[in-house]
Parts: sequence; structure tokens; C-alpha cells
Amino acid sequence: MTALTHYETPIRPSPFAPRLDALNRHADWTPWSGWRSARSFGDVEMEVSAIRNGATLYDLSPMVKYRIAGPGAVAMLDRLTVRNVAGLPVGRVHYTAWCDDRGHLLDDGTLFRLRADEFRLCCQERHLPWLLDSAQGFDVEIAEVTVEIAALALQGPCSASVLGAAGFDVSGLKPFGIAAAGDIMVSRTGFTGDLGYEVWTPAGQALALWDRLMAAGAPWGLRPIGSAALDVARIEAGFIVAGADFVPAEQALREDRAMSPLELGLGWMIDWDKGHFNGRRALLAERETGGRRALVGLEIEGNIGAEGAIVYLDKRREVGTVTSACWSPTTKKSLALAHLDWKHRESDRLWVEIYALRELRYVRLMERARVVPRPFLDLPRRRATPPGAF
Amino acid sequence: MPSSDIVVIGGGANGLACAIRLARGGARVTLLEAEPEVGGGATTVEFAPGYRVSGLAHLVHGLDARLVAATDLAGQGFRATDPLPTTLPGADPLTVPAAGGGPGDWSTLMDRLGRHATRLAPLRSLPPPRLGAGNDWRALTGVGFGLARAGRADLRDLMRLILINVADVAEDELSDERLRALLAFDATLGAWAGPRSPGTLLLYLNRLALGGARAPMGGMGRLAAALRAAAEGAGVTIRTAARVTAIAVAGDRARGVTLATGETLRADHVVSALCARTTLEGLVGPAHLDTGTVRRIAAMPFHGGAAKLHIALTGAPGFGADLRHRFVLAPSVDAVERAFNPVKYGEVPDRPVAEVLVPTAHDPSLAPEGHHVLSVIAQFAPHAPKDPDAAKAAFTRAVLSVLEQAAPGLSGQIAHVETLMPADIAARYGLRGGSWHHGDLAAERMLFLRPFPEAARYRAPLPGLWLASAATHPGGGVTGTAGWNAAEALLKEAA
Amino acid sequence: MSWDAVIVGAGHNGLVTAAYLARAGMTVCVVERNDWVGGAAVSRELYPGFTYSNCSYVCSLFRPEIMRDLELPRHGLQVLPYEGGAVLKEDGGYLAMFRDHDANRREFARHSPRDAEAYDRYARDVLRHCRFIRPLLMRTPPDPVSLRPRDLGELAWLGRRVLEMSEAQIAEMVRFWTMSIADFLDEYFESPVIKAYLAVSAIIGTALGPMSPGSAYVLLHHYMGDVDGNVGAWGYARGGMGAISAALRASFEVAGGTVRTGSGVRRIVVSGGRATGVELDSGEVLKARRVISGMDARRTYLDCMAEDDLPAEFVGAVRRFRTRGSSGKLNIALDAAPHFPAFPDGAPMLKGDLHFTDTIERMERAYDDWKDGRFSSDPFQDLMIPTMIDPTMAPPGKHFVSSFVQYAPPRIGGQGWTDADRDAFGAACLDQIERFSPGFRDRVLHVEVRTPRELEAEVGLTEGNIFQGELTFDQLFFNRPVPGYAQYRGPVEGLWMCGSSTHPGGGVMGAPGRNAAVEILRTTKHDRSGVRDAYAVL
Repeated sequence: MTALTHYETPIRPSPFAPRLDALNRHADWTPWSGWRSARSFGDVEMEVSAIRNGATLYDLSPMVKYRIAGPGAVAMLDRLTVRNVAGLPVGRVHYTAWCDDRGHLLDDGTLFRLRADEFRLCCQERHLPWLLDSAQGFDVEIAEVTVEIAALALQGPCSASVLGAAGFDVSGLKPFGIAAAGDIMVSRTGFTGDLGYEVWTPAGQALALWDRLMAAGAPWGLRPIGSAALDVARIEAGFIVAGADFVPAEQALREDRAMSPLELGLGWMIDWDKGHFNGRRALLAERETGGRRALVGLEIEGNIGAEGAIVYLDKRREVGTVTSACWSPTTKKSLALAHLDWKHRESDRLWVEIYALRELRYVRLMERARVVPRPFLDLPRRRATPPGAF
Repeated sequence: MPSSDIVVIGGGANGLACAIRLARGGARVTLLEAEPEVGGGATTVEFAPGYRVSGLAHLVHGLDARLVAATDLAGQGFRATDPLPTTLPGADPLTVPAAGGGPGDWSTLMDRLGRHATRLAPLRSLPPPRLGAGNDWRALTGVGFGLARAGRADLRDLMRLILINVADVAEDELSDERLRALLAFDATLGAWAGPRSPGTLLLYLNRLALGGARAPMGGMGRLAAALRAAAEGAGVTIRTAARVTAIAVAGDRARGVTLATGETLRADHVVSALCARTTLEGLVGPAHLDTGTVRRIAAMPFHGGAAKLHIALTGAPGFGADLRHRFVLAPSVDAVERAFNPVKYGEVPDRPVAEVLVPTAHDPSLAPEGHHVLSVIAQFAPHAPKDPDAAKAAFTRAVLSVLEQAAPGLSGQIAHVETLMPADIAARYGLRGGSWHHGDLAAERMLFLRPFPEAARYRAPLPGLWLASAATHPGGGVTGTAGWNAAEALLKEAA
Repeated sequence: MSWDAVIVGAGHNGLVTAAYLARAGMTVCVVERNDWVGGAAVSRELYPGFTYSNCSYVCSLFRPEIMRDLELPRHGLQVLPYEGGAVLKEDGGYLAMFRDHDANRREFARHSPRDAEAYDRYARDVLRHCRFIRPLLMRTPPDPVSLRPRDLGELAWLGRRVLEMSEAQIAEMVRFWTMSIADFLDEYFESPVIKAYLAVSAIIGTALGPMSPGSAYVLLHHYMGDVDGNVGAWGYARGGMGAISAALRASFEVAGGTVRTGSGVRRIVVSGGRATGVELDSGEVLKARRVISGMDARRTYLDCMAEDDLPAEFVGAVRRFRTRGSSGKLNIALDAAPHFPAFPDGAPMLKGDLHFTDTIERMERAYDDWKDGRFSSDPFQDLMIPTMIDPTMAPPGKHFVSSFVQYAPPRIGGQGWTDADRDAFGAACLDQIERFSPGFRDRVLHVEVRTPRELEAEVGLTEGNIFQGELTFDQLFFNRPVPGYAQYRGPVEGLWMCGSSTHPGGGVMGAPGRNAAVEILRTTKHDRSGVRDAYAVL
């Protein structure tokens, strides 16, 4: 039970706080679902560079984590999520999504199969009522374990080397694989689209893990990063974020804001043949009729980020909105994720209207935009096993 | 493996009506009933040696006109009385005729409410209207024209009354407290609401739409037998003592049923006239449903508030009026409200209110010569009391005390008493929570909200499965309307 | 002289109408029986040094458009948003509410981890219903059986708004309007105390229990307010609720209006089928081209008009209009801050509202008592200590405590309230407070106990109904107060209504007064530019 004076700390420190506080000399914090999370450690550009050229640590602890276990766990999760859970081997992870009855996305996240009948679901939003209601009729237990488990994302081309130096041999670990070392678990997962790992530990041992990794990583310039740098990396990788690129269905105040996985470009993960899963009938119908909007990746002319821009057809008709965008220092392009009207999702007549604030005055730009496949940045090192030596 | 076009689960009035309509529509229909006899809540039981009575429902009230027209019930041996007048016993008994007339303000109010009920009544035999496609536009337009023709005053009146509580109407429109009490009692009969609950006048309008209440000769079991004969005559295969344990699902569609014996029956469509919750949660199972549907099912209210008492008497009860009447024991609007208050907390009221029939006054063969039976629906009884046995004993005592007051000397005539609390009704007749309507009937659970929006037009949220019980529009009573409507909807889709 | 308008009653709605009309250039006189203005929005010094908001006690529903149009901030109005609050439980624990989202979630999680994560969906769903209703507050209800172009147009607008929703959402809305708050909360929550806390807004001021169908709508009625654009937030007016009335009066007088206090209206004068003025208790007659009543419908038509001057059917309909009072109020001067041992020291909960009813069942049982013409020995109290954030209302170190009590019947056992009944009622409430705040009684310097009787006698609310008429569907929207007369016009030429008996009903909202002004100005050549459109819901 939470302390009765919990209201005195509405924004809680993460298990890594003693180290993060010391390093974050700019005190550039941002709240992440009730936790204190670094927006940056003072230099976003250096942090982005380290993701692509070195190694970085990002505090993942606030990520919501549920433990789902029991003889009915596989069946329950197969009914809950759109992917095939029975086919997920023990010791593997997959990226997945789940929908409400109308086929609208509730959230996306990663599902870890820890044992034959024990899973961990990691996601952005809180879903306990939905998970519990989805567990009715299945022999399964569900508990939130966010507080118990601390986690770090170790990402970047040198991440395998850092792990090796820290005593974790991950040379044979394939993408989406899990390796255990005592209480510590390493998964080859991440949100950067680069070579990278996530390291999970009981919260009580968080600082020891931090110190071990930072010490081992010093030769590679291992540095902590905040959410600002991560956001650039994840856009380059084409990943979507709840609240930015889609409104979780149970939070949509305006009905038409909820979107389906088909609209969000997640249709590839749906297993239509595994039997019933939540929202399947609605999605089947949508597959026939098409969606209302589509999330697409845009490459925009010029070198100005297009955050919040409106997308036009032939510079005149509004056909969409940019949901996430950045100037990508790695690809040297202006990249964006955008919602487009369904019938214009493959149009080659798209323009983006950018208002760039330069010394208290807006410069209005109308730039050509091309729909391109995601990820924008596809790095072979992300998949190579054993990972290359960097 | 035997095969059939359509399997109907449950042989109550709705299951039978549905099967009859389907068979007449050309389908090969098998009806499965778990009990040895069909009828569901329409049954005649021997509750004590030599004493028989309608086991649950005891009046023929609102039997669907389409069903009546399609079946020769009289030819199958079923007869009912003319609509019964109602007597309010007491020091100053008052009798209200079955239709029309009565004291001045009563008759005025009945005319007024009757007009509203008549205009809304056609909605009962239509699938609930919805936005966009799929409506029976001709019939709906008819209802609309009926309302438009009503004139402004009547329309305004209806829009004010549609969600009002019946107690206020009684207070405004009637001067005699006994009549106010009758209005309050009849509006809340079978409901889980006191007369001060908003929306209770709507329940009364629904009741008016059913027409007069008639007593069945030989008990309601005769009606069940006649419907069975009619169904068989229409070509329905009826299997009793055939308990369905699961609805078979394959390829995301209901394909048939599995019986307790392990036998499976294949079918193109499965219709369930059982409780919608039992059907979806128990026979289909959450794995084939969406979580939102599971939530809907969990939220369905099953608050049976009525108990049924069967009392064997050694002589004629002294209600001070023609024993063929319907007797309502409810002294005031407040008395009805006070009878409701405790059940909200699972407690038993001190002074229940009751509807009493003397079936032996219509058909003496139901009891030994000179003896009588009382069929009593008493309200309100808690559906989930903390101590069921104590609640049952206390409730029985309270009802007998109320009866003794209405018919002095009755206590001395009692040979046997059987009390069915809502939980007993649930156990015996499969009515969850003892709810007459397979789920509370209230404004928030009517039309396209019944039993819940995603299943409101008889199609269950599983392809190939249909719902035909009182859980669907327009709710319960031995009417067969929901079943008939469901059959119409199925035939329309199959066509 | 003859006034362009005489307004009967200087309650907040009367003053709102008056200020709008005066700003449009009319000559307007507001007549008020009491020696002060404000109706039920008053600050009164009933014990030396203490200011009581002795009727209404919180500000949330007051429409921001009216504050803008009538420049109330310029005329001195300050609204202080308050934070959260708590339910004190029988077992010694408590449930607190905080403005901070995550603090609130963690507090809920102490009682139910599931409920903690269910709250967002609940709030979302309630807000969806609010979004539909809010634009209706500042519009005149259409007459649904009229074929006038204006009514047809308004019905079409309404129809379009409905059709903007999906079929599923329409079903949800109809369900919400017809169901009880208890059933509604059951669909989201499992913790009894969380449900008890959230049910409160559905019973305040109404003659419904939390298990009565239709009570969910009442919740909405209390959720539609906003303080500084924060939907659903509540605040205190600095200096008490009278500050709202004072600002309205100032706005009105600056625009050239006249207020006459101590001028009770004996009757509304009708001659030649027109309302031509009012006759005061003194016998003086004020002539007016139009008479606008801010009183409730029963008081206006049954007490202040001759039956012969009104259509017979209309009088019958007014007699059917339900105004049963359901609330009482304690105003308490405290020598020192109350102590609630359940709270940690320095807890912020004292800055919000405090309840002692930790289950819906206890609320419903209190309602059962009301139905039987009793006050409850276990009443529901909404206790606030405005001096925790507005020290101007009491001497330094001392506190004003306001306790709103649900339920108090209009009559006790069919008889009028006696002083002894009132004192027993006050004692029952204080007993309950004492259970959770030992020593509370000893700190009491003065208590004003108000039952529906006092509310009727002082404020003129028939049967003490704080909303000038119950909020059930048969008395809402185009049915309020009487079907066919929901557009602020009385049944007599020149007679208008602007009080809470009209759409959208009670609470210190001002919308009826503003809507009435809009309707009146439609019939004249006066400058209407001062009434600007209601804010859109984006």
C-alpha cells in the first residue's frame, strides 16, 4: 500500500534517481506517467549522436509492466492481442497491439514470454481493468509490477560491446531474444531502431546495475539520454507512440479520434487465422471497407522539422496532420509521421505547411512531401547476430 | 450426427413462439428443453398433494397476437377467462373493471394513458429501431404517424410522462389513495423499482399495451401444452430433457450445440431463448466474445424483486368480493415504496404488497372439492439476502400477515404454503436473480438498449447465434413476443 | 414612470437578466423582498466577524460567458479554485481526491488498484456526455411539437448534434440519461468508498437517491461547471457567494439599473390580458412594459398571480411542477481549525470538501428517510471550510464551516418543520461531524441550521428546493417548467421567467437569466450586441 503521504511526491523518483539526479545538471526533467524522467541530460544533439554512433542508457523504469501468468495465459493473450501468442517461443519477445471491440487500438507494447505460462506486458498506458476483464473465463493471474522492476535501455552500435565488458555475453542473443543472468534479464529489444538491449532488474538492485554498466561503458563513451533524443531516434525508426501518433481508444474523448491497427499501419502483425481475438470482427469488416485515416511516413523537402503541420493535397485541400516529426541528423532528412485521409494515403500530390519560428517571426513554408515506407532508417546492424564489433 | 437448419434452446413461451414462427417460415427447427416438460415459467405444478397451481406466471397477459393467430390454442385445449376485474380488499373494498370505466378520475387517467400505450404498442412487435439501415421503415412510419396524429396536447403530455415516476402521476391525477396505490403497484409489478423511481410510468404504459389479464383454465401448464402441440403441428421437433451445455463455435460462427449427454447437434443458426448472460457467458464462453461484450454481460442487472407463494386452503378465503377477481393488496403508494426500500439492501420488508389470485375460483379441479389454492405474487423480496433461509421465513410470515388482514380468518384455513423467493425462482426456472424479464426491465434497458446495445436486435455478438428470450426487446411476461420478433429477424437475414 | 422591465427577485438569475437588459439600454428595476440582494447567493454576517455563504456555497457552474459579458471580474469577482477533498470512512481511514492526476491515481490504488486505472475511462465517458449537454445550457429549448421555423431549426440543430455521434454513443447517452448513478458507477468501479465519493454530485440538491434512475444525469448537471476553463472544477468566490451577487449588482447599476431592496411583491398586475407591473407589499404599484419573474414557477403563478389571470390548464401544470426540498445546511463559526485525526498533519484535504458517507447504501438509506418525511440520523454532509483558502471570511485563526446536508424533507411526517425538529436535525449533523473530528463541538461559536423551511422563508424557494424545481426528465429542457412554456415566456403577454425553474435549471449558473434576456431582447429593438454567443465546444 502506498504511503498515506504519497500526495507529497506526485512525481516520483525512479530507482535510478540518485545517479540520474547527479548527472542531470540542467535539471531537464519531464513527468512520465507520474515518474520523474529526464527530457535530456543537457545536450540533445550529443545524445542523439551517441544513439547512432556510440552507446546510451535510458531509464525505462516508468514503463507500465504487467505480469500475466497461469495455465490460461497463452489463450488469454491470444484473445487479447492481435498477434499469435501461442507461436511466441519461451525466451522471446514480440511487439504487439490490442484493440477494443470496435477494432480501435487501445495500446501497443512488447510482450515477453518469460516461461511457458508467464508473460510480461510492457506498455505506455495503464490497462488493468481491461486486462482483468479480458481475463474473465481464463485461468490466469494479472498484476502490475511497474514498481518492482527497474529497467534501462542500452542502445547504440556499441551496446553489445558495453554489455560484454560488463560481463553479459550477448553475442548469441538474436533480436527479440531474452537472456538471463541471475536476477538480471537482458532482452535484445529497444525503441531506437539500432543495435540495442533492454536490461531488467529488481528495483532494489538498480543502482548496482547502473554503476556496473556505466563503468564498463566508459571506454565507449556510454552516456545517459533523455526522452528528447530518444524521440528523434524512434521517429527515424518509424515507431509510433501513444498520445502522439494515436489516441488510445479508451482515452478518445472525440469518438473519431480512435484508430485501428490497420489504419496505423500495424496490419502486418494481425494473425487472422489464430481464432478469435478482441476486435477481430470489426477489423475484418474494416479490411473489406477500408479505414478512414492512415498513418504514413513522410519524407519532407528541406531541413526544417514539420512538427504539428497540416498536410495538403495540391497545396489546397487539407488531407491530414503531422503527428510526429523531426529533422533527422542521421539520414539528413526532414521526417514525419502523419495521419492522412484514407484515400490519399498513397498520394504523390502531398504538401506540408510548416511554420518555422525564426526570431519572433514565423516563416511559412510549403514543402513537398513523399509517402515512404517505414522505417526511415533501416540499419543492418540492428539485426546482425552476432552483433558487429563497434 | 443429426443436423437441423435451426436449433432453438429453451422451451418457454419465447422459445416456442420463435420455433413456431421459424417452422412456419420454412425452417427445419429442433427445440431443446432441459426439463421434462416445455413451458418454462408457464407451468402447472402440484405444490402439495391434491393442490395444483400455476408454478410461476399465473395470468395470460399480452400473449402475442401473431402467435395467437398462428396457433389454434383453443383447439389444443387451452381456455382462459375474460379479463379480470381487480378488487382492492379491505374495510372499504373497491373493484375496478378490467377495461374502461371505474371512478371518474381513474377512468380519465386510463383513457389518457391508454391512448399513449396504444400509440407505442406497435413498437413491441418490431425490432428496436436503429440509426440508418435495417429498420422496418413502413411499420416505424406507422408508429410515427400515430404519434403525429395524436395532436400537440397528447404529444406534450407523452413527452412529459415518458420518464416520470408513477407516484407523482398518481398524486396528481387520482384522488382515491386506493387507486393511487393500485396504479403504483401495477406499474412496479415485476420491476425492481419503487413507485417513486423515475421511469415507472413507462413500465405502466408497457403493461397497458399488453391488454387485459386473463386467468388460464387448468393453470399455465395448459398454455404450454397447447403451444407445444401447435409447435409440433407446425413441424418443430421438440426434445425435452435435453440440456444444452455448450454452443459449438467454429470458424467464428455458432455451428450447433452440445448436450449434457455429449451428443452434438449441428445447425446453421442457433437461437437461445435462455437467459442472455447464461447463453453468452456459459454456453459460448468469453473466448469467443470481445471484452466489451463481457463487460456488457457483467453489467446486466438481474434483480428479481418478486416472490411467488402458493397456499393451499381448506376453505374459501374471505376477500369480501367475487373470488374470480384479481386482488391487489397495496394500501397506499407509500406502502409500495416502503415494500421496495429494504430489498435495495438485501433485506425483507415488514409489509409486502401482493397480487393474489384464487385459481380454484375459475377451475375448482385444481384442489380437492371445497378447498382452494391461492397464487400470490408478493413484492418486494430480496434476490440475494445475506441469510436466505431467514429471509424466506420472514418474508413468508410477512405475506401471510398481510393476507390475513385482507381476508380475516385465512390463517386458520392454511393447509400448506410454498414460498419461492427470487433465488428459488432462479433455481427452478433458470431465471437468473429471479428476474421475470431475464434482466431488469427499465427505461435504461428498453428498445435498442435491451439487453445491451450491441445485441439489441436479436443478433448475438457471435455470427450464427440469436437471442430470443425476455432479455431482448420487449421484455418478459408469457407473451412470446420477443421470440416471435427474433424469428422474424432471423428469417429476414436468412432470406 | 413606466419601466421597460421590472424584475421580481434579486437572485443571481434576476440580476443576470437585469444586467443584460440594462446594458442593452432598457430601463430596469429589480425589486427584492429582502434588505439585501443575492437570493441564494449571499454572504451574510450572522455572527460577529464571520461571513457565511449561508445558502449556496461553491461556484463552478456559473457560465464564463456571463462573467465575460457582464465584466464580473472588473466588478470585483474572484473565484478561488479549491483542491480535491476526502471521504472519511467509518473504519477510520479515508479516500482523498487530488487535482494531481497521478496522486489521485495512487490514492485510488490504496482502495483498489483496478479502480485507480478505471478512473480515466470513467472521466472520459462522463466528459463525452458533458460535451453534448453543455452547448444546450445556453440555448432556448425548442418546442418539440411546434412547426414554427425557429423551433424546427433548433430541432434540426439538435438532430444534427445527435447524428454526429455514432449509434453506439447515442445508445450510451440514452442509457446514461435514464440510469442511476449507482448502476453507472458499478460499471467502472468496485470500491464502495470510491463509488460513494463519485456518487455525491448525483444527489446534491435532488429528490432522488443514488439508486434512483435518472440520478446519473444530475451528476452531469454538477460536472458541467468550469473554473478558468478547467471543466468540472469548483471554486469559492472570495468573500463568499455574495461576492457573485455583489459583482452582478455592480455591473447592473453601472449600466444604469435600479435595485430596490426591502420591496416584496404582493402580486403581478395583469390588465387587459397583459402583465403591466407589480404591486409591492407597501401597496405601491410599479408599472412596466414587461414583468420578469426570477421566483420559482409555483411562487410566481400560484402565490403572486390571480388564478383568473392564467389559463386553467397552465395553472394545473404549475401545480404539478415538483419543488420538494431535499437539502439542509449548517453554517458554523469555529473558534479554531477543526482536527480530523484520520488525516496526516498538514494534509491538503481540508482545503476541499469532506464527506462522511462511505457507501452508496448509506446515502440511499438517507434518501429512504427523506421519502418517509424524516431527516436521517446518518445524513450525507458535504462539509467545506472556505476559510482554509479565503481567510477574509473569519477573524484570524477562526474558521467558517459550511455543511450542506442531504436529505432534509420539505415537511416532517406531513407537518411543517418546528424549531425543535430543526435543532434535532442540526444536532444529528453535528454528531456525525464530531465522530470524525473529536472536539469539533467544543470549538463551535455559533451554528445556523437551515432546513427547507428557512430556505423558503428567507430566500423564497418554494418548499426549500434549491433548484427551483426538481431535476428529473419530466421537468427538464422543453418540459421546464411547463411543456409549451419552456422558452422563458409566461402564459400572459408581457410576463417572463428568468429563474432556475426554467431551462437549464438550478445551481449558481446564470444560464436561465442570460437565456431569458436573449429571448426578451429578440422581441425588442434594443441593442443585442451585449449578449455574445456561448463558447463553442471544440
